[in-house]
Amino acid sequence: MFAYILRRVIYAIPILIGVNLITFMLFFMVNNPEDMARAQLGAKQVTPQMIETWKEQRGYDKPLFINPDAKGLSKVTETLFMKESLKLFTFDFGISDSNRNIGLDIKERMGPSLAIALPTFMIALITNISLALLLVLFRGSVLDTSMMVVAVMIMSISGLFYIIAGQVLFSKMWHWFPISGYESGWNGIKFIILPVMIGVFAGIGSGVRWYRSIFLEQINQDYVRTARAKGLSEIRVLFGHVLRNGMLPILTGVVVVIPTLFMGSLIMESFFGIPGLGSYTIDAINSQDFAIVKAMVFLGSVLYIVGLILTDISYTLFDPRVTL
Amino acid sequence: MNRTFAKILMMLYLNISIYASVWNNPHDPKKIETDTLFSSFSVPLKKLDPVQSYNAIEWAVISQIYEPPLQYNYLKRPYELEPLTLVKMPEIRYLDKEGREIDENSKDLMYSEYRLELRDDIWYQNHPAFVKNADGGLKYGQLSEDALQKIDSIDDFKEVASRRLLASDYAYAIRRMAVRQNHSPILDTMLDYIVGLETFSQEITQIVKEKHKKQQWTDLRDYAIEGVDVKSDAVLIIKIKGKYPQFSYWLSMNFFAPIPWEADLFYHQKGLIEKNITLNWFPVGTGAYYLAENNPNKQIRLLSNPHYHLEYYPSLTSKESQDARLPKEMLKDSGKKLPFIKEVVYALEKESIPLWNKFLQGYYDASGISSEAFDQAIQVSSAGSMDLSDEMREKGIKLRGSVEPSIFYMAFNMADTVVGGYTEEKKKLRQAISIALNQEEYISIFLNERGIAAQGPIPPGIFGYEEGEKGTNRVVYDWVNGKRIRKPLEIAKRLLAEAGYPNGISEITGKVLKLHYDVTATGPDDRALMDWQRKQFAKLGIELVIRSTDYNRFQRKVRKGKVQIFSWGWNADYPDPENFLFLLYGANAAVKTNGAGINGSNYQNSRFDALFDQVKTMKNTPERKKKIEKMLDIVREDAPWVWGVHPKSMALSHQWYKNVLPHAMANNTLKYRRVDAVLRASKQKEWNQPQVMPLILFVVFLVLIGFVLHHVYQNRQKAVIAKGSE
Repeated sequence: MFAYILRRVIYAIPILIGVNLITFMLFFMVNNPEDMARAQLGAKQVTPQMIETWKEQRGYDKPLFINPDAKGLSKVTETLFMKESLKLFTFDFGISDSNRNIGLDIKERMGPSLAIALPTFMIALITNISLALLLVLFRGSVLDTSMMVVAVMIMSISGLFYIIAGQVLFSKMWHWFPISGYESGWNGIKFIILPVMIGVFAGIGSGVRWYRSIFLEQINQDYVRTARAKGLSEIRVLFGHVLRNGMLPILTGVVVVIPTLFMGSLIMESFFGIPGLGSYTIDAINSQDFAIVKAMVFLGSVLYIVGLILTDISYTLFDPRVTL
Repeated sequence: MNRTFAKILMMLYLNISIYASVWNNPHDPKKIETDTLFSSFSVPLKKLDPVQSYNAIEWAVISQIYEPPLQYNYLKRPYELEPLTLVKMPEIRYLDKEGREIDENSKDLMYSEYRLELRDDIWYQNHPAFVKNADGGLKYGQLSEDALQKIDSIDDFKEVASRRLLASDYAYAIRRMAVRQNHSPILDTMLDYIVGLETFSQEITQIVKEKHKKQQWTDLRDYAIEGVDVKSDAVLIIKIKGKYPQFSYWLSMNFFAPIPWEADLFYHQKGLIEKNITLNWFPVGTGAYYLAENNPNKQIRLLSNPHYHLEYYPSLTSKESQDARLPKEMLKDSGKKLPFIKEVVYALEKESIPLWNKFLQGYYDASGISSEAFDQAIQVSSAGSMDLSDEMREKGIKLRGSVEPSIFYMAFNMADTVVGGYTEEKKKLRQAISIALNQEEYISIFLNERGIAAQGPIPPGIFGYEEGEKGTNRVVYDWVNGKRIRKPLEIAKRLLAEAGYPNGISEITGKVLKLHYDVTATGPDDRALMDWQRKQFAKLGIELVIRSTDYNRFQRKVRKGKVQIFSWGWNADYPDPENFLFLLYGANAAVKTNGAGINGSNYQNSRFDALFDQVKTMKNTPERKKKIEKMLDIVREDAPWVWGVHPKSMALSHQWYKNVLPHAMANNTLKYRRVDAVLRASKQKEWNQPQVMPLILFVVFLVLIGFVLHHVYQNRQKAVIAKGSE
C-alpha cells in the first residue's frame, strides 16, 4: 500500500504543476497587474507611480513565464510563475496582496468551515442512508412514492431558499436560534444548529434518491434472498447485508468529498456569518488578489487528490478482494 | 433510565431559563445590559493603517482610534472644524519668498505656515510598543527570533505602557506618508503643497528600498522634511506652498493622524508580520477607543481608551442650534464627559437580510435601509414625503436622513467627435439629452425617492450650493409657481434638431444617431436600469448602445478617452466646492494628463478654468460665491455632464440609541453616541420570546410517524409469514 500511495503522490506533482499553470494563464488573461494594483490600492486618485511601486513590491513587475532580459536559466526562474509556484509545493502560501499571511488565514478559517461542514456531512450521511433504507424497506408503498415526490421537490428548490426560509422560520418567527453569527467552542453550538439543519435538509432529496437506488440494486441480489430464506428479519437483512454491500459505491462518492470539507460553503457561510473559507476564494477573485487565488486553487487540488487516494484506500477496508 | 432522562430534561430546562431567557441572542448576554454598542460591517476591512486607508467603512473604525489635529464639530451646520488634539485652531502665517510675513492677499505670497500647538494631556492607548526596559530601551522593539516564535497574537505581550502625544509623532506620520512603499493615496496631492516633500519622498523611498533589501528598519526620525518643523514637544510647523485654505480640512483626516515611532519599530519585526500583527491590523492611537480585537472575517471590538483626554459633548448657542435645525434631545448631553459607550462590537454581516432581521429583533442598535427592506421600513405618502412604516413606529425606531455630499452623474467625453466639442450644435445635443433624461423619474423608480436631482456639480451642504430658483439649472428646468419643473420634451427635440439631428436622424448621413454608453452594470439586476436609459434616449429618437464592462476596463477606457458617454460619481473629501469643481478643471483632464487626471469628461473651458484658479484658494466670501455662480452657469450651458443625482442616506436606529446625528464629514462620531442598555435588554426580551409549541408539535409528529411505521412493519412481517404458512 505504501508503494501505491508513494506512486500516487508522485503522479500528483505534474497534475499540480498543470493546475497551477492553468490558474496563472486564466487569471492573467482577464487581469493585468495594473488592474490588480488599482483594485488593491483602491484610492480615488491612483497615480502611475503608485502602481509601479505596488507592482515592484509584490514582484508583479516580472514577466509571467519567460524573462527576455535574463540570461540562461534565469530566463525561466526570474519570472512570476516560478517565483510564486515553487513556494506552493512547500505549502508556503506567502503574503496576500492585501498584506496578510495566507497560510495563517487559511488555518484560522478552516476551523469555522469544518464546524459547519463536518456535522452537516455526518448527519446528512446518516439521515440519508437511514431514510433510503426506510424507503427500501417500504418500497412500492405509498410512503415510498410520496417520499420520492418530496425528494424531487426538495432537489428542485434552490439552497438559498432553505437558508432564508430557515432563518425566517426558526430565528425570526419562533426565536429558537440566532439568525447568524459564530463563536468557537461550546458557546458556538447555538450558531451551528440552524445551518447544519438546513444543510442536511437541503441535501436530503438528492442523497436519499441516490442511496435508495444503490440499495434497490442490492435488494434483488441472490445473497439477500438467501438471507431472507435463513429467516432474518427485513431490518437485519437491510442493515446487516444490503447496507454493507452498498457501501462500496457510497464510498466512491463520499470519501472523495471529505478533504474538501475544509473549503467550506460560500452561501451558507455568507448568510450565517461563519468566518470560514467559503468566501475566501470568491472574495479574492473579486478583489483580484492573485496570491490568495493561486493558493486556494492549489490547496483545492491537493485536497481533491488526497480525497481520491483515501477513496482507493477505503475500498480495501470494505472489500477484501481489492488490494493496492 | 427514565429518571436519568427526566433529570437531563430538567437540567436542560433550567439551563435555558437561567442563562438565556431568549434563545436567539447572537451576542454575549452579559454585554446586553452594559454600555456596549452592537454594529456591523459588510466587507472585511483591509487597511487600518491611517497612511493608506481611504475608505468610508475603514474610516468608521479607525477614526475612533486615531486623532488628527482637527475634527468637525458634531452638531454645528454648516460643517465647521475645531481643534481635537490642539490647544486652538492652527495659526496661519503668510510668507513671501524671503520668509517675511505678509498679508494673505499680497501678490508676493509664496508660502503659508501652519503652527499647530498640541494639548499636553493627550496620551496613547496602552500598547506593548511603549514598554521600556530598565535601561530605557524598548522591551519589545527588537525581539529575538525565539521570542517572536512564542507570540501568536498581540495579547501575548504581557506588558503594555503608554506615553504622551508629541508633535514629533505628527511629523513622523508625514514622513511615513512620503515613503512610496506605504502607498499613501494623498501623497501626490501633498507633494504639490508641503514644502520639500517631493525631494524628501524621492530620497526616503530609495533609502527604505535599500534598507528593506537588507531587512533593516528605517528610522524616519533620522530624516527631515524642509517644510515640517518640530519646534518643541508641543509645537509643529507645517509650511506649504502658496495659499491653500483646504489644507485645514486635510488636517482633520486620518492621513495626518500621529504615528509613534515606537509602533513603527515594533511592527517592523518579521516574526510579527508573518503572524498578521502589523500596524495595518492593530492601530495605535490616542482616540476615544482602542482596538481590542480584530478578526476581519468575524468581528472587530473597540474598547474605550482609559487614557482618553478630557473632552465634553458639544454645546451650542440657541442660534447655532436653530441654524443646524437640531432636535432638542441632541443637546441633552451637552457638557458631559465623552465617550459614553464603553465597548463597540462590529460583527461581519455580508448579507443584508440577516442584518435587517437582527436589527428588527433588537440585536443591532442601528441599520441602513436596503432595497429589500425599504417597503417594510418606509411608507411614501401621496405627496412624495417619506416616513416610517407603522411597524417601525410601533417598535420606537427612529429615522434619520440627509442628502450626502456626493454626486452621481452621466458624463460626455468632450474629446469625442460626436458628443464632445464646444460648438453651439454640440452644446445643444448635450442639452437635449440632459432634458430628456428624466432624473426625477429615475429617483422615483430606482432610488425609492432617496435622492435629489442635481443642478450642477456642487451638492447640498457645500458652499456654493443654492436652493430654490437661484440654484436652478435653467438649461434643463423652468421655475414655475415656486417649483422646479423639467423642460418639456419638445424643447429637447427642438434643441436636437438645431444640433443637426431632427427626430434623432443625422442631417448629414440620414441615419439614426447611435450613441455608446459605457457602464459597469453587468448584473441581471441592472437590466431594468439599462432598459430605462435606452428609453430615455429613444424619446429623442437616439439609439443608445450599452457597453457593459468590468470596472477595470471601464476605468482604463475613461483614462484613455475611449468612451463616448459614461456614468461615474464623486464623494466629497472635504466640504469645499473646490473638491467638486476640480472634476471639471481643464488641467485635470484625463486624456491630457495621460490618465492621471480626475476630469474624466475631458472638459476644458478657459473661462471656467480661470475662475477655478481664483476660487480654489479663496475663503467662503460673497465674492467667492459670485464667481462660483458664474462657473456653474458656464458648465450648465456647456453641459459636459447630465447632472444626475445627489443621493439621500437614510438610517434607522432603535429608541435606546441616543445622540444619533448624520454627519457627512466627521467619522469619529461614536464618542458622542449613547446607549440606554436597560431599555435595550427589556425590549430584546419582549421581542424574542421563544415559541415552544412548534417544537412540541414536531416531536409529537415524529413519535406518531414512528409508531405508524413500526405498526405497518410489524404487520408486514407477520403477513408474509402467514402467507408462507398457507
